[in-house]
Order: sequence, then C-alpha cells, then structure tokens
Amino acid sequence: MLKMKNVSKVYRTDTVETHALREFSLTVEEGEFVSVTGPSGSGKTTFLNIAGLLEDLTSGTYELDGRDISKLNDKERSHVRNEKIGFIFQSFNLIPELDIFDNVDVPLRYRGFKADERKRRIEQSIEMVGLGSRMRHLPAQLSGGQQQRVAIARALAGEPRFLLADEPTGNLDSQMADSVLDLLGEINDAGTTIIMVTHELGLADRARRNIFVRDGQVSDGAPELHLANLAAG
Amino acid sequence: MFRYYLKLGSLSIRANPVLSVLMVAAIAIGIGACMTIMTVRHVMSGNPVEHKNDQLYHVQVDNWNPDDPYEDPNGAPVQVTYLDARALHDAGRAFRQTTSFKTSRVVQPDSEDARPFQEESRATTADFFPMFDVPFLFGSGWNRSSDETLEQVVVVSRELNEKLFGGENSVGRTLMLNDEAYRVVGVLDTWNPVPKFYDVNNNPFEAPAQLFLPFSVAIAGSFDNNGNTSCWKPTPEGSGREGFLASECIWIQMWVELQNASAKQDYMSFLDAYVEEQKLLGRFPRPLNNHLRNPAEWMEYNEIVDDEVDVLLSLAALFLVVCLLNTIGLLLAKAARSSKNTSLRRALGASKAELFKQHIIEAGMIGIAGGLLGIGMTWIGLRGIEHLFVEYDFMQHLVRMDWTMVMLAVALAIISALSAALYPTWRTCNITPASHLRLQ
Repeated sequence: MLKMKNVSKVYRTDTVETHALREFSLTVEEGEFVSVTGPSGSGKTTFLNIAGLLEDLTSGTYELDGRDISKLNDKERSHVRNEKIGFIFQSFNLIPELDIFDNVDVPLRYRGFKADERKRRIEQSIEMVGLGSRMRHLPAQLSGGQQQRVAIARALAGEPRFLLADEPTGNLDSQMADSVLDLLGEINDAGTTIIMVTHELGLADRARRNIFVRDGQVSDGAPELHLANLAAG
Repeated sequence: MFRYYLKLGSLSIRANPVLSVLMVAAIAIGIGACMTIMTVRHVMSGNPVEHKNDQLYHVQVDNWNPDDPYEDPNGAPVQVTYLDARALHDAGRAFRQTTSFKTSRVVQPDSEDARPFQEESRATTADFFPMFDVPFLFGSGWNRSSDETLEQVVVVSRELNEKLFGGENSVGRTLMLNDEAYRVVGVLDTWNPVPKFYDVNNNPFEAPAQLFLPFSVAIAGSFDNNGNTSCWKPTPEGSGREGFLASECIWIQMWVELQNASAKQDYMSFLDAYVEEQKLLGRFPRPLNNHLRNPAEWMEYNEIVDDEVDVLLSLAALFLVVCLLNTIGLLLAKAARSSKNTSLRRALGASKAELFKQHIIEAGMIGIAGGLLGIGMTWIGLRGIEHLFVEYDFMQHLVRMDWTMVMLAVALAIISALSAALYPTWRTCNITPASHLRLQ
C-alpha cells in the first residue's frame, strides 16, 4: 500500500519559492490501477517522483508498504526503489549503447541476482512484451512502441509491487498506445499496482480509479467531473 | 559487479570517443612529462650496490689546510693523498680495501691495419673486483700478489674485448698498452653502475673504464691521473713525480669493506689512531675529521642529484596537476552529458555508492590507458633529452626506463585519474534523478 499524508514539496531558488505539492494526501491500495490527471504544472509529475523516491518531500509523511520512506538512507531508498518500484517513462529512457537484453538487465544487476536468475527473468519479461526475437537488438533498431515495451519489460523484470508510469504513451501513435495500455491492463490484472500520470482523457479512462490534481493537491469531486474539468482545460 | 562496471566503462569510453581520447591524452602528456624527469632522477639517485650498502665505506681523512677547510663549514677532503692511500691500504685493517684513480692508456691492437686508440682506464687494486661484485664473462680480477709484484696484468671490458678479440675468451692473451705488454686475466661482463658510485668526483654518470690495471703498476709507471687533483700546499719545486706522490694533494679514491658494525667501529678507531700518528710527524694540522660513509651516504654527501633536477621535477609535477585539472574539466563535461543515463540508473535502483564504483572504475580504465600512453610519452621525452645532450656520452645512461619506472608510470596515471575523477564522480552521484528524467 502507498500512503501519502499532507505531503508538501517546495522548490526554492534564491528569489522564488514554488509549491509543487501542498498538503497532498493519497492512499493507493494493493492491486489498484490509478490514473493521475491534472493540468500542466499541477504537480502530477512531482507526485510521481516522490512516490518513486526520485525526490525528497519537504514535509508530510510517505509510507510504502508500511515503511516510513523519509527515514531511509540512500542505500535503503535505492533498495526499495529497485525491489518495489518499476518506472515507465514517456520517452522510454533506454540506454542506447546496450542491447535489449542488457537494458532489461540493468535493475536486476543492482538487485544482486545471479547470472542464471537474471537471464531467466530477462527472457521471461521480454517474451511477455512480445519481443523475444529481438533480444540482441539495439534500441535504435526498434520502433517507438517496441522501445516502450522494452521499458515495460525492464520495469517488470524485477517483479515490482508498484509500476509508476509517466505519460507512457505520450510518444506513441494511437495504435501503439492502445497496445501498451492493453499490456498495462494485463500487468495490473496479474496483481501489480499501477499509478499512471497522464493528461490524456482516454488513457485516464482505462484506469480503475482517477485522481485529479490541481495546484498541488488532490481535488475533491467525482472522477467524471475531474475528467470534464480536464477536458475543459 | 566489477566485470559489469568494466563493461560499462568500456561502453562509455566508446560512446564518448573524443572526450575519452582527450582525457587519456591529457593524463598521458602529464605523466610523460613527470615520468621523464622522474626517470632521470631515479637513475641519478640509484644505488648500484644497495645489497652491500652496510658493508662498503668510502674513506675520508682530513689532511687539509688548518686555516681553510676543504669545504665549509668543516668538510673533509673527498679523496686521499698517495701517502695515505698507500699506508691505509698496506695496513690491511679492513676485510677488503681498494684504492683507485682514473687514468688512460693507448691500446695497440694486434692487427696491423687497426690504429692505436686511447681508452679510459682505472688503476686499482685486486680487492676492487670482489668488493664491488664486478661481474666477469671470462677469467677474474688479479690477486693481491700481482699488486705486490707489480705484475703487468689487465682486465678488459666486454665492449673492448669484443673490439679487440671479437668477443672470444681472451684470458691469457697479451695486450699492448703504451708499448708495454699486459696479460689479460679477466673480461668483464656488462657492468655499468649508474651512478659510478666508486668515483663520484670524476663525473658520476660517465661510463666505467674499459681497462683495469694494478694500482702499483700505474704508480711505478707514472701513469697520469685523469681525474681531479686538489692541493692546498705547493709541492717542492723540482721534486717531480716523487714530490707529487709525497705531497698533500688528494687524487685517489679509497674504499673499504667492513663486514659488520663492530668492524666499522674498529676501522674508525684505526683511522683516528693513524691520523694521530701522522700529526706527530707534522701532518694533519686540522682536528680529527675522519669519515666512513656507505655508498648511499656518500652519494648524498656529494649531492649527485643536482638541485636543478628537483626543481625540474617540481615543475613537471605542476604540469601534471595542470593536465589533471583539464581532465577534471573533461570529466565534468562527460558527467553532464551522461546525466540522463546516471539518473536512469538511480531510478532503476543504483545507490550513490554503486554509481561511485562504476565511475571510479571507468576513471581507472582511463588512467590505465593514460599510463600506457604516458610510458610512450616518457620514452619520447627521454629520447628528447638524449638528443638534446647528444654531446654528453654519459647522458645515455640517465635516460633508461626500468620496470620500476614503467610500473610507477601506470600507478601514477591511475592515481592521477582517480584523483581527477573524485569531484566529477561526487557530483554525478549527487544529481537529483528526477530533474533529468523529467525533461524527457
């Protein structure tokens, strides 16, 4: 379970103080598929970064599976990130000089799995996203949709409890986007909790719960109203 | 993970070929400059008889001017007179003792079409060879009785043996020197101690003599001294060679071999007693000022390594620092370019410590490459020095790189690269991953 309570995030420069999140509270239960929507600059990505332990929160509490994240040191946070969280980024973020197999291998290396265990997991996850025949291809040799599938395979190989997706179809055409969303649905059906940040209404609709964020806070009201607000800009 | 990081390092170097080449070149140039001077200094400050450093001692007795020390403030003369050399040698109070001086002979080859030529020679005593562990290819040095009987024997260098006898075993053959016949008793194997510790007063870096002849024969034959001669008292006018031999002029190097500390103590007492005895005869007007210095102390006392070399070394080290500052700049540029990759690895579970290891190993690889190229640069630098001082024969002995220096070059390059990488790596490890991933 992911539980944030009164989380604030303030970015400070010498002259400016920007409140990205204000008293942000949210609980995501095990196995949920949650979309997070909201206008640009509303704090969606900041929320996702804090949820994924990529940024520190300024105040409030954040518990992941009952553990207070703010009390962890860098090594422990890295371990939690590696073991419990998988990331999917809008622009795939594959390492261009590594082939598909080695890209998927990256998080497993940091987990400390032995070679045969890594190989089993890599092959299984690449097969799952339908790219079993492309394991030794470089990212540049794949289409955008295929690259995003590799990113999903990389996120899944460590069998994380949470999958955090930041505009996962933002760089894909509608057909490829659909196929990626179908894949995310399957992953969620298999028990992985998914939190997806998006500004696309159609995508948000595919989630089982929608959170609307405005001015760094979870906005009250029915999801439909949020979607309508989003549609209205 | 080490092998994995090696693989990542290799990929990173190949992915940034220009930056990588610039970094390797900066390190290599710095290492090359530094190692060139270090190599020269290393050779200059070497001790070719380190294994006998606690047994060999150079002898100094102060026979100098009572009103003007040989060297301020109270330095004893660095050579001895013939009178003292003869007396101390003949006393035979050390396990071994040798006296020697630099001279030259005209070699007259057997072959009629070969012209005579002059060769650097050393007049010395039988103990010279076993004392200094001089290696022989054929035969050996002469024995003590040859010194006493003024036997005309000679030891030739390997090089000269090659020239005169085609490299064959020439022991027993006759060699004509200044119209006198000498019997070859030994041929040296390659022997080129650098510095020439046994005679540092006559250019410590020149090549050793090609001919070695008995000291007694050289004295009897009035061989010229080709080394330094210093006198504080004029020799009586018209006294000739005999007067010179009886004078207070110093021109002979004397060494003794003493097997332990007690033997050294005993020999020192003997020297003091000898000088006290000579004082009664009207010599040695200065206070007792005798010294026994082992080879390391002797070379240090004579400042074999010029201060200028240390100044050059400091400048070369500064140049290396400048090169490393450039490397730091290049590493920072590379870190900036790879911040997305680094952020991604953080997101996928790499701790700061793991990233630190990854980047330090990559820096180490660059250091090794810089070190290997630096060895090449050092070689070029040494050849440059050799070319610059081509008129000095001894220079070729100072520009040789041994394995110690090769290993030192690589080690210095790795340490340099790791030092240069510390700050850029620290910065890399401390970037906020979200700030770089958000931009995608």
